[in-house]
Amino acid sequence: MGATALRNGPSPVPAPIDSIVEVRGISKTYGNVEALRGIDLDFPRGKLTSLLGPSGCGKTTLLKIIAGLIRADGGTVAINGKHVTAPGPERAFVFQDFALMPWATVMRNVAFGLELRGTNKAEREAIARRYIAEVGLAGFEDKYPHQLSGGMRQRVGLARALSVDADVLLLDEPFSAVDEQNRRKFQEDLIRLRTNQNKTFIFVTHSIEEAVYISDRIVLLSPRPGRVSQIIEPEIDRSGDPERIHRDRHYLDTVEEIWQGLKQYVE
Amino acid sequence: MTLFGYRVPMMASLLVWCVVWEIVGRLDLVFLLPPFSDVLVAAVSLVQTPSWQSATVTTLRAFATGMALSIVIGVPLGILMGRVKIADDLLGMWVNIFSSAPLSAIVPVLMILFGFGEKTIVAAVFLFAIWIIVLDTRAGVRHISPSLIEMARSYGASRPALYSKIILWAALPEILAGIRLGLIRGVKGVVIGQLLVAIVGYGALFETFSRNFRMAEFWALTIILFAFALLIAELIERAEAKVEYYAGARQ
Repeated sequence: MGATALRNGPSPVPAPIDSIVEVRGISKTYGNVEALRGIDLDFPRGKLTSLLGPSGCGKTTLLKIIAGLIRADGGTVAINGKHVTAPGPERAFVFQDFALMPWATVMRNVAFGLELRGTNKAEREAIARRYIAEVGLAGFEDKYPHQLSGGMRQRVGLARALSVDADVLLLDEPFSAVDEQNRRKFQEDLIRLRTNQNKTFIFVTHSIEEAVYISDRIVLLSPRPGRVSQIIEPEIDRSGDPERIHRDRHYLDTVEEIWQGLKQYVE
Repeated sequence: MTLFGYRVPMMASLLVWCVVWEIVGRLDLVFLLPPFSDVLVAAVSLVQTPSWQSATVTTLRAFATGMALSIVIGVPLGILMGRVKIADDLLGMWVNIFSSAPLSAIVPVLMILFGFGEKTIVAAVFLFAIWIIVLDTRAGVRHISPSLIEMARSYGASRPALYSKIILWAALPEILAGIRLGLIRGVKGVVIGQLLVAIVGYGALFETFSRNFRMAEFWALTIILFAFALLIAELIERAEAKVEYYAGARQ
């Protein structure tokens, strides 16, 4: 993975060839607040790209525009070359607050995407069972969300997104409502998942460490109005022990560099 | 309730009041208040009379019809107001006015519209019960986490699926609370309606008893009504507790 763009240290990188999501000239204004201005971005297939920036830079807005949940004022989003303005089966969303149905079991929550598509019960539950196990929740199928911890709830949200077999997974600060220990474990799982599943991940976060830790590619957004300020491809070997990454020199250098770049936006 | 450090069950306090009633009744201070034991005896013989039985059937039928109508119309109306701003702007004022207005004053108008029969009683139950159901349903729909709606949309929910699989369920605790309060108001509606029409069901009985100063039977009928109202409120509360259990972790 990521062998094409290996360079010495982090650096801006031109648009890659095989991009699954193409964002062109996206702009969005709320009232008189300009949230996004002229966003052009390509998301390479099979990679994990992070949208990183301080609060108010419009990263979640951009993600929701790609998801088709928010309509842009201008510009286009294309998935596999096809323009989209509404949600579609090739994209699946993981929510910051999990967005689980409290009245439904883990099984029904995970299978809900398939239920909406009309997959029959036996088939969708077989698929859901597989992904519940994949995210490490085997045995919790009949539990209700309020019986689970925050970290486990987000695993349910992740299993739901995986079970619809979308090409692109959109994750909106998925770990921000999860405690620190669970977050670490979750990040490691995500790295493993990205290797196992042949999927494209677009990941919104405000944590520099998190972005550098898990991303193939980091898009830095600057606030008010949100624009792309820099694209970084951290050159980090993630094949071995995930614990080791936190001590990797490139990891530390990249975190530092991004921090220097973002500092100006923080009072 | 605690007394001298001992926990006393609620039923015990009720018993104290029954004893007080009995004593006051035996003292023969006011002829309006016969002893409680007389009321109980009257209640036992009352429920055996055909006039009480047919009045109960009439009353229950009117009550059930009025409640069914106010739930079937009130819940969708509340969902509409919770979801569509223009519907809320148009109807909100009226629902609020009617939910707090002294509706008893309108019942005579209902009599002109629907005649001196069961239809008026049904209309009275409906008029008393529906507004709180609409308001609570609306509040429930307003409280649904926006991300739950976004979740359904992002996984391709059709509009009917969004309403039947998400919105109705997410607002269910408030809808049930509204129905419980609506039931209690509906009991008020059925009693006031029947009292004013005075020739139907319990209204006719109340009229007969009070006109002939048969106070024991009058009180017996009142107690039966109160017990009925409390019983259905309790039943709905049970259902609510079950739903609250699932809704407990709402984000």
